Amino acid sequence: MSDALFEYALRMGDNCLILGHRVSEWCGHSPVLEEDIALANTALDLIGQTQLWLGLAGEIEGKGRSADDLAFLRDARAFRNLLLVERPNVDFAHTLVREVLFDVWHFHTLGALKGSSDARVAAIAEKALKEVSYHLQRSADLTVRLGDGTQESHDKMQAALNALWPYVGEMFLQDEVDAELADSGVGPALGVVKPLWDGDMRRLLDQATLKWPDISHVQKGGKDGVHTEALGYVLADMQFLQRAYPGAKW
Amino acid sequence: MYAQLVKTDADRVKSIDEMDPQERTFQQRIDDNQKIEPKDWMPEGYRKTLVRQIGQHAHSEIVGQLPEGNWITRAPTLERKAILLAKVQDEAGHGLYLYCAAETLGISRDKMMDQLHAGKSKYSSIFNYPTLTWADIGAVGWLVDGAAIMNQVQLQRCSYGPYSRAMVRICKEESFHQRQGYDIMMKLCQGTPEQKEMAQDALNRWWWPSLMMFGPPDADSVHSAQSMAWKIKQATNDDLRQRFVDQTVPQAEYLGLKVPDPDVKWNEEKGGYDYGEVDWDEFYEVLKGNGPCNAERMHDRVKAWEDGAWVREGLVAHADKMAARAAATPVAAE
Repeated sequence: MSDALFEYALRMGDNCLILGHRVSEWCGHSPVLEEDIALANTALDLIGQTQLWLGLAGEIEGKGRSADDLAFLRDARAFRNLLLVERPNVDFAHTLVREVLFDVWHFHTLGALKGSSDARVAAIAEKALKEVSYHLQRSADLTVRLGDGTQESHDKMQAALNALWPYVGEMFLQDEVDAELADSGVGPALGVVKPLWDGDMRRLLDQATLKWPDISHVQKGGKDGVHTEALGYVLADMQFLQRAYPGAKW
Repeated sequence: MYAQLVKTDADRVKSIDEMDPQERTFQQRIDDNQKIEPKDWMPEGYRKTLVRQIGQHAHSEIVGQLPEGNWITRAPTLERKAILLAKVQDEAGHGLYLYCAAETLGISRDKMMDQLHAGKSKYSSIFNYPTLTWADIGAVGWLVDGAAIMNQVQLQRCSYGPYSRAMVRICKEESFHQRQGYDIMMKLCQGTPEQKEMAQDALNRWWWPSLMMFGPPDADSVHSAQSMAWKIKQATNDDLRQRFVDQTVPQAEYLGLKVPDPDVKWNEEKGGYDYGEVDWDEFYEVLKGNGPCNAERMHDRVKAWEDGAWVREGLVAHADKMAARAAATPVAAE
């Protein structure tokens, strides 16, 4: 059980860390000042959630690794995030679509984790859910506006949706870690999030005049540490100081 | 400062006797320390000066995101990353208040953006210097935000109400920014020899550009004199620079760092530090566009604006559609 929870906390923490990193890359470069603020705010929430999840992972592991050790001193094969969150920003449409696909999953996953039988997990979920409710509100709202905006904005949103769709399926693949945590009531019951995600996403895409992509293949591997080439560059960037000055305090 | 060399359109400061009755009443309100509000009558020069100054200040906040954002993805710990994100988010927020304050003077944010992108409106020279190491993030917080506070504290008493009130709020956040910068420097100076060297190197590179932030000596400047008469600004560039040096030299000593100026020496008589001559040629070169990062900064801002055009157009188109749909829907009977 503690091995499974360690693994699960890493998955949640790594999702937040890598998505937070990607979102923070926008700093000072967004289409409008209000979005600079919103993107920095989203990244900040995600980094805060990273501290909680990776802190819990280190505590469960019991080998004295801190959240920072886990963030800055693991190589790509030890990262457990979904492939979706490491996909490059590309443009505002890809960034927004990646966000909304993840936010709907994140929102319902945290909603289920609020009732976790593990008090530490429930407490993190409760705090994070307040922030993620806002992330979802913003990303869903912008998706509708840009999907149903100009022809150009519609086309860019549809292209991003099609490009990222193969990374959606991984969110719903469940393995023995998920099964063990579902059994003990620590994690969400198996299969509970997908119908909620499907329902929300159908309504959202409909409102945004976007088409549910006709793409069924699934890119997977993130939960097992087999990532896309993009992650290595994220880590090279993120971990630079900790790697270049081993043991230094900052 | 964040606004440097702000022109006032004045050849010289008028005496009270030379003013027409409206101007005289206005100047008397200023002299009585009354705030001027957006709907009040004001001389055209006063309005234009404020638009320039607040615009430059807002642009500085926005362009200032770039050198600091340069290290967000490489911040050394999760906590440092979170603090830096919060800081840069504050800077963007300051930009937003300031554009709003400028809009009360009858100019739109889009127009100010166009002026920035066309190179017609300036931002602070300091943001044309590169952040090369993590210590630069410490130095920017400590020195650049420190210099900004020095200037903005007096701007809280600016005669124009909306600018003055924006400054009150901004100053509170800036003092947190300065503390986070000093805290980064402190950690580096207590760290390994390499970290301390990194801190000293950052101070060496940021010291003089920070002194330039206050602008050139303004004893002879008609613009500065006019701005002081209008109480848009309440202290001279040299006074503010002196206060900054007096505050910062002991802070550097506490860190165990050396300010890169052999002429820095305590002067008992004046109760402040003497310091060497700033290289004003370098300052004017940076202002002309020849600083180390002018081209990159402008390129990044223009690219962000152009790449984001479809987003802004999409949002407007959606809002128009919603308005049209609402207009076409019969109002339900009460």
